[in-house]
Amino acid sequence: MSIDTQQNAYHSPVLEFKSSTFSVPVLVLASNDVIIIEQQLQEKIHLAPEFFKNSPLVFDLQDLNKNDLDIDITEFTQTIRALGLLPIGIRGGTAQQNQQALELGIPVHSGHSVSASSATQKQSTPPEPEPQVVAAISTLITHPVRSGQRIYALGDLVILAQVSAGAEILAEGNIHVYGSLRGRALAGVQGNTKARIFCSDLQAELISIAGNYKISEDLNGAVPNQPVQIYLQDHTLVIKDI
Amino acid sequence: MARIIVVTSGKGGVGKTTTSAAIAMGLAKKGHKTAVIDFDVGLRNLDLIMGCERRVVYDFVNVINGEASLNQALIRDKNCNLLYILPASQTRDKDALSQEGVGKILDELKKDFKYIVCDSPAGIEKGAHLAMYFADDAFIVTNPEVSSVRDSDRMLGILSSKSRRAEQNEEPIKEFLLLSRYSPDRVKLGEMLSVDDVQEILSLHLLGVIPESKSVLTASNSGIPVILDEKSDAGQAYADIVARYLGEDRPHRFIDEKKGLFGKLFGSK
Ligand SMILES: Nc1ncnc2c1ncn2[C@@H]1O[C@H](COP(=O)(O)OP(=O)(O)OP(=O)(O)O)[C@@H](O)[C@H]1O
Ligand SMILES: [Mg+2]
Repeated sequence: MSIDTQQNAYHSPVLEFKSSTFSVPVLVLASNDVIIIEQQLQEKIHLAPEFFKNSPLVFDLQDLNKNDLDIDITEFTQTIRALGLLPIGIRGGTAQQNQQALELGIPVHSGHSVSASSATQKQSTPPEPEPQVVAAISTLITHPVRSGQRIYALGDLVILAQVSAGAEILAEGNIHVYGSLRGRALAGVQGNTKARIFCSDLQAELISIAGNYKISEDLNGAVPNQPVQIYLQDHTLVIKDI
Repeated sequence: MARIIVVTSGKGGVGKTTTSAAIAMGLAKKGHKTAVIDFDVGLRNLDLIMGCERRVVYDFVNVINGEASLNQALIRDKNCNLLYILPASQTRDKDALSQEGVGKILDELKKDFKYIVCDSPAGIEKGAHLAMYFADDAFIVTNPEVSSVRDSDRMLGILSSKSRRAEQNEEPIKEFLLLSRYSPDRVKLGEMLSVDDVQEILSLHLLGVIPESKSVLTASNSGIPVILDEKSDAGQAYADIVARYLGEDRPHRFIDEKKGLFGKLFGSK
């Protein structure tokens, strides 16, 4: 790319290049079965339709290619677009996949995938390579989560308002609530036992980490308006002041 | 610019229609051309409280179906010539209303009116959904009891995710709390939630407290919105609410026992 500075010398610049960092969901593929991927992706989208609507997306094919699983980028891109997502990049692809992507107008990113994106399920004896679609991102909510509302975050979930009784917040990662937590909060819902819940006022109906839960009856000891964190220790939930 | 106000609650019988009639009259009395629409298709209640039930020829559904023009269906109020009522149909079922039809009527009303007050039916089904969908402002009518507060919370969730403004990513609907049928004596006895309790649960801007009052029933029996009964406590409460909505700063009333100390709102619980 060359820029002719001469020509613009007498004009004030009408453009400028800046470097920005964006947070974009990365879709890490562990299977090349487009039908299964579509199915699982659809389930995820169903949990948070607003979040996914026209969301940009980067494909990460590193794991696939490590296992010599080839995927047809053209077909896959069609599927993704049909689901209402907007692919904006590919990484970890083979030369042929990169070429295919470029033909579809999808930029190729170098660099390796970050392991944080697949930090969720690591079973000791994987029975079969379960097809998995995992993406990491953090979600910020600034308005109250009201009764009847449900929020699902693929990564961490940060809420700057109250969570009403009858509301439900779920995250595959950690949950932070900087308001009264009166509803149900479930962290590590895909099995991440390291996930934690942080909140400034614990009055929850239910709290859960990786499926280990406590209901409000068991929380009687919790002092309202007292910042606490909740984590898992030997399969038991521990509630501790911060 | 015209503003569409929805009066809603989730729970039934909390005072939505009473409130719609009162604030529509209050706004009109302040010199703003106002229309009030009954969204409770199949029940028809607003025209009784407004005392115009015998002048109903066409209704909301007729206009949506193109069987009558808006001008034919609008009834001018007998007490205030800046106030018009669009009654609901008693004979149709709820499915007679469509989002497209409602949108078209509201667009037409917006050309001519400053405020359009939508009296929502109870529940969170289609009728309530249509009443709130196009709103700019929402008056959440809540009684000081747990089930009513919970339903209001639910309705607030719907306003913030299912309304036109939410769907089109516009500035959200402005939400106001109207705590109705409040009885300080019963709060003291622990039979009712206090203003503080309700605000803590909902965290919502309080527009006003309407006391439990016999004047409401008297007014509705005579077909005159209670706000016109200027001597009554409920009438004054609604007058305050309209004034605050229009930007006046008025201290809250009717929160403490008759001669009780002022400032419970500001003091500790
Ligand atoms: N402040 C008040 N004091 C005493 N009674 C009241 C008060 N407000 C409303 N009421 C009474 O409560 C009843 C229900 O009121 P209204 O019809 O306004 O409620 P609504 O929310 O519109 O009901 P619906 O959900 O059935 O449409 C009526 O009998 C009315 O007279
Ligand atoms: Mg009503």
